[in-house]
Amino acid sequence: MKKLNYILALLMGSIMLTACINDLNTAPKYGLNANTVYSDPNNYINVLSKLYAGLSITGNNGPAGNPDISGIDEGFSAYVRVLWNLQELPTDEAVCGWDDPGIPELNFMTWNSVSPFVVAMYNRIFYQIPLCNEFLRYCTEDWMTEKGFTEENKIMIRQYALEARFIRALSYYHAMDLFGNVPFVTEADAPGADLPKQINRKDLFNYIEAELLAIEPAMQASRFQYARADKATVWSLLAKLYLNAEVYAQVNKYSECVEYSSRVISAGYALDAEYRWLFLADNHQSNEIIFPVTFDGMQTRTYGGTTFLVHASITDSMAPFQSRFGTNGGWNGLRTTRALYEKFQDTSDTRNFFWTNGHTLDISVVTGEPFQGYGITKWRNVRRDGSIGNDPTRNFVDIDFPMFRLADIYLTYAEAVTRGGGGDPGLALQYVNALRNRGNIAPLPNLTLQEILDERARELYWEGHRRTDLIRYGQFTGGAYNWPWKGGDSSGMAVGEYLNLYPLPATDLVANPNLKQNFNY
Amino acid sequence: MKQNYLVKIALLCLAGWVFWLPAIAQQTGTISGTVLDAKRQAIVGAAVIVKGTTNGGASDVNGKFRIEGVKPGAVQVQASYLGYQTSVTSVTVEAGKSVVVAIVLEEDVKMLQEMVVIGYGSTQARDLTGSVVAIQAKTFQQGNFATPEQMIMGKSPGLRITTNGGAPGAGSTIRIRGGTSLNASNDPLIVIDGMPLEGRGIAGINNPLSLINPDDIETFTVLKDASAAAIYGSRGANGVIIITTKKGKSSDKLRVEVSNAVSVKQITRTVDMLSPAQLRALIEEKGTTGMKSIIAQSNEETNWQNEIYQPGLVNNFNIAFSGGIKKLPYRLNLERYTEEGMLRTGQLERTGATLNLNPTLLKGKLKVDATARYNNVQNRFANQGAIGSAVTFDPTRPVRSDSTRFDRYGGFFEWTLANNGNPVLLAPRNPVSMLEQQRDVSDVNRFIGNVSLDYNITQVPGLRAVLNLGGDFTQASGTNFVDSTFSGAYIRRGVNNQYQQSKSSRLMDAYLNYTKTWALHSLDVTGGYSYQYWQTESPVYPDMNLLGDTIAKAAPFPFYTDNAIISFYGRAIYKYLDKYLLTATLRSDGSSRFNPNGRWGYFPSVAVAWRMMDEDYFKQFKKLSNLKMRVSWGLTGQQDGIADYAYIPNYFQGTPTAQYQFGNQFYSVLRPDGYDANLKWETTQSYNVGIDYGFFNNRLYGGIDVYYKLTEDLLAVIPVAAGTNFTNQILTNVGSMTNRGAEVSLNYVAVDRKNLSVEFGANMTYNINRITKLSVIDDPQNPGILVGGIAGGIGNTIQIHSVGYARHSFYVRQQIYGEDGKPTEGSYVDQNDDGIINEKDLVHFNGNSDPVTFFGFFGNARYKRWNAGFSLRAETGQYIYNNVRSTLGQFRNISGLGYINNLHSDYLNSEFATLQVLSDYYMEKADFLRLDNLTIGYNVGSLGKDLVKVRVSAMIQNVFVWTKYSGIDPEVFGGIDNNIYPRPRVYTMNINLTF
Repeated sequence: MKKLNYILALLMGSIMLTACINDLNTAPKYGLNANTVYSDPNNYINVLSKLYAGLSITGNNGPAGNPDISGIDEGFSAYVRVLWNLQELPTDEAVCGWDDPGIPELNFMTWNSVSPFVVAMYNRIFYQIPLCNEFLRYCTEDWMTEKGFTEENKIMIRQYALEARFIRALSYYHAMDLFGNVPFVTEADAPGADLPKQINRKDLFNYIEAELLAIEPAMQASRFQYARADKATVWSLLAKLYLNAEVYAQVNKYSECVEYSSRVISAGYALDAEYRWLFLADNHQSNEIIFPVTFDGMQTRTYGGTTFLVHASITDSMAPFQSRFGTNGGWNGLRTTRALYEKFQDTSDTRNFFWTNGHTLDISVVTGEPFQGYGITKWRNVRRDGSIGNDPTRNFVDIDFPMFRLADIYLTYAEAVTRGGGGDPGLALQYVNALRNRGNIAPLPNLTLQEILDERARELYWEGHRRTDLIRYGQFTGGAYNWPWKGGDSSGMAVGEYLNLYPLPATDLVANPNLKQNFNY
Repeated sequence: MKQNYLVKIALLCLAGWVFWLPAIAQQTGTISGTVLDAKRQAIVGAAVIVKGTTNGGASDVNGKFRIEGVKPGAVQVQASYLGYQTSVTSVTVEAGKSVVVAIVLEEDVKMLQEMVVIGYGSTQARDLTGSVVAIQAKTFQQGNFATPEQMIMGKSPGLRITTNGGAPGAGSTIRIRGGTSLNASNDPLIVIDGMPLEGRGIAGINNPLSLINPDDIETFTVLKDASAAAIYGSRGANGVIIITTKKGKSSDKLRVEVSNAVSVKQITRTVDMLSPAQLRALIEEKGTTGMKSIIAQSNEETNWQNEIYQPGLVNNFNIAFSGGIKKLPYRLNLERYTEEGMLRTGQLERTGATLNLNPTLLKGKLKVDATARYNNVQNRFANQGAIGSAVTFDPTRPVRSDSTRFDRYGGFFEWTLANNGNPVLLAPRNPVSMLEQQRDVSDVNRFIGNVSLDYNITQVPGLRAVLNLGGDFTQASGTNFVDSTFSGAYIRRGVNNQYQQSKSSRLMDAYLNYTKTWALHSLDVTGGYSYQYWQTESPVYPDMNLLGDTIAKAAPFPFYTDNAIISFYGRAIYKYLDKYLLTATLRSDGSSRFNPNGRWGYFPSVAVAWRMMDEDYFKQFKKLSNLKMRVSWGLTGQQDGIADYAYIPNYFQGTPTAQYQFGNQFYSVLRPDGYDANLKWETTQSYNVGIDYGFFNNRLYGGIDVYYKLTEDLLAVIPVAAGTNFTNQILTNVGSMTNRGAEVSLNYVAVDRKNLSVEFGANMTYNINRITKLSVIDDPQNPGILVGGIAGGIGNTIQIHSVGYARHSFYVRQQIYGEDGKPTEGSYVDQNDDGIINEKDLVHFNGNSDPVTFFGFFGNARYKRWNAGFSLRAETGQYIYNNVRSTLGQFRNISGLGYINNLHSDYLNSEFATLQVLSDYYMEKADFLRLDNLTIGYNVGSLGKDLVKVRVSAMIQNVFVWTKYSGIDPEVFGGIDNNIYPRPRVYTMNINLTF
């Protein structure tokens, strides 16, 4: 009996010591890690899907929950939403009436290094880039060989890798355009390794150009699959890069711009018959959209993106919402200024989506007065046939966001030609008049740079291009062009040139001492 | 890793090393005999010595002892055993002969009461070296409680308990000495009968503790300093609360105790909004045409806050059977608790049974203590959104309307669009319809069982082996139905959503305890091993409407998480001359939450105490009856609040609503989550100096403690350098923080006579929290981490974590006031004189969200058969940001965009046209004094020839609150008041029958 006790005690002791130590190795039952994900070639498409979805939705739950980035309301943090805010709110095209932190300083150009939307854009960009880098680390020939992937799978994954490099280049393009001099990491920089070094804007321009030129030859042919980056997508980004090269890198690249916009134009796209179709729930049918960021009321849900664009544009004076906009109501946020309205001298222009009923043209108070300033109703969650988008709750919309579309490339070609990049001036005029023709307004006899800028406003307003355009024309800052509420003044005033770049977030300057703040912030 | 093993094995052996101490022997006379208890049962392991020498031994399994080598002559034999009065017997020893003595030890009732559980054992209160407070049933708060922790509010210094509002079964925020964490958990570890409970919540229940019947509880023991808590290692940093439940007693015959308490609740205060007449007049004067046309539509008056509340009834019935069947002591308690919420439609029903068996087997060698605790809770949650909606809803509108316009909303008035009658998207919903058209119900079953085997290894006197096995299993399920006529779900056509969760925790604890007493020394050594494993799993369900349509598909995978902790621990308590006490503990914890390379942590502590009263010098002070000084240092850890797999680079699949479209097909996404491979525990070093005192034969007694806690490797969510991780913010070990404080307690037995007794207790706590480091790189330009999100706009915050300030410091704009004393709208102090008011003009408000000092004061009196008691609590030095006033006290809140809202009456003072949420105008002092309860009872005595003993009592909870705070209740944990569920005043009648 005594012996038995001792034996039992010893036995118990040894079992405890050995068996249970291993029980500390718990692991997620339904989760995966890098090794398991990239051991199966079938998983690659789902990671690639996330790289694209990072432009569209805000987290893993859709519309909200499990967000990609934090420190800001999840709906606010959507890539397209913050990009749109940074590109439109400081310009003549839009103001937003909400008093949420970060909104008034975009309206009034008084942002600084802690402004929530400035920080969110930067965080979005630098969320995308490490994600692409991680993916690329598992697309190497060594990895694929080690895992014994078939040649067929290798071909597929190499193709995905090119697209990942495009997605990364696109975010670096936005980083260069908005922030200029930013931290720089590639797939060679593993997570948690050394702090990134800062790259200056010109070097970043060269990097993006080199990347795009490197992937271009092997990209899939244009329109091989809807919403995937292809040759024409790469050409479009190159065209935009070259059009703004004087801003980014102080070099004249207009002839390259002419070259790549011509390639896009001859890639088989066509203007949609009706302008309004481009912004409707079924705009995936468009022949004009080159690179969309997709949304779906059931399967790609977010409070950002086009759901934001539709709801925020709607004020309570625009009812009925369901039949007109395909939504459950509006958020009383976005309006436009007199400056944009006056660019539509011919009100029969079919691109005119001003909402005047119950609204005033002029804005005496921006914040909290949703009926001051005309509304814009071009984003609507209804289909061409008038039926409503997929979501029965009428919360989430189906509209895809046209990041690049043919009309933009037409105008890019025209501008590059006019700026002396060669090409065919007659063709340039013809492209601009094709847009005016669709808009049902009289053709122009000839092109001037200012006329092209105004045409861009009429054609591309509220699509996230305006700030870049105004900067290229030297009209964003300084006093050459003042619109209502520029610089926080109701009739507009000159602002400092340093505002052409946004500041790096204060948080990152603390986290990464390699970084130097942009001028004057 | 090898080294770790060695340390652990060494710890296990700690209990064993004393076995080989050589015994001392001499040649002369011998004393032998037996040590028995009052029932003539052997006492095993009693220390028997010849008084004045070190010669002695311990009684064996039969109670027998033998002392050899005693010098001849008259000697005194002293026998002692824990829980018994020490006895001294005089004998005469003759050389070469043996005398036999029979020693009987009487139970020391007083000492037994003073036994204090300390984690893996217990000790006498007089031998404590750490800061430990045991709160017995007699000092509990009186009242009708859904949840046990409320019974000890204000009863211990250093312990702050704030209930999270007045909902049925609402939880509480418990803080011991301020809490040591920033972003991880600040909750203390709660251990019930040796079983550590999990800190995380349970689905379908407001508060996991509401699944414990308060009536089962005998004692709460609060371990405050590191010396006491370090035995719980990585979970001890926020202190430990050990709950001991009631047991059966072997000697008792069947005893049946029935108690029934019935309460009615009453709302004490509502938010001060404009009256309908005031609102009309205001809109008439200043309103937009939109507002005017809307207010002109109705001439009714509704007090919405009255419409949503009711005097909820509470009924608490307990019947307990206790006694012993053939030496098998048992206690069976059956309970039924029902509570109606003050917010209409809310309800909690709890049914429970607790069975405790604690037999002693194998001739007294094996003590078994087995408890099975089962509870079922059924909740119906009232939609608490109705509280905010009732505050703001237009008071000129009726609850219901006959107009056919509202047929589609079940006859409830709602804000609708003029053209098609659909709901206005941004308008508030009718608060009564929010309550009545929603049925959010849950059903939760929890079983907690544990068996403790305490085996006296008689081969080695003084050695015990204890094995404690426990399990905690919860099954929760719930459904949320919302009628399709409810305006908030009208377009989606109702809600029919389910959830389920199963949780389990398994515990195995084994330790050896060895006690040995020599003449002048005594040693109590414990060494053990513990393994605990937790698992949570929830299936996923789609988002459905009442028609059965899927609004959103279910997530691809169930939710699943698990974690484990393995621990080795040891403790040695050494006593010299019964007045110099030393306790040393060491715990080694391994946690599955951390990287295998760094998952083991070591948590030592050491404490000394000096029973000064036992020094001859102090005996001259006749009025002094107790004086003890304690000094301790220890290291504890904290790991709750860290996700289970946060160190692993995991990929997770998105939900079906987060897919991306390629071509015509949607692809689910795979996302790597941000991670920190080097996550580790927060560690807290604590220093404590304390004095326990007693005067006038301990009629006046208490303690004073001063402490300093330094938390390092503080877990904070900080920005990561852009480009280096799959997130922009990450929880990582980065900062440090201190808590400094002092505690005083004082108890006074004013009168203690047969027919009259009066007792008072008072305690005070002072605590100052400071963040001392918060980033990898110090940057004076960086104000800190914004926290404390508030209503009003999206993304506004009112608090900040900054170095040099308390955590959750308020971070505000400084309001400028006009000559009339009114705040000037939009006018703030330009702190940096740059001409614009922006985030650089925010300042740290001079005043914390936590109280600097808090007090408890309670008293009990008994006169003949009457008794009465009260319990007061006060907190001072804290401020509240009044978010109700700041969002509702500004003109724009009226809206006029298809609906109107009421305004807070503060508008009449501020006259703010627009939202000014960051203004310090909304900061308010929140000092308060609350009379938590008032009780009066009468002991009717025996009725029907001793058949039944009857006691009756009446009590009021939350009798009054004295405060200058303008909101409905100044007790808001975290300092941001945004429509809390009001705490009711509760009137209770209780009858208690004992058969």
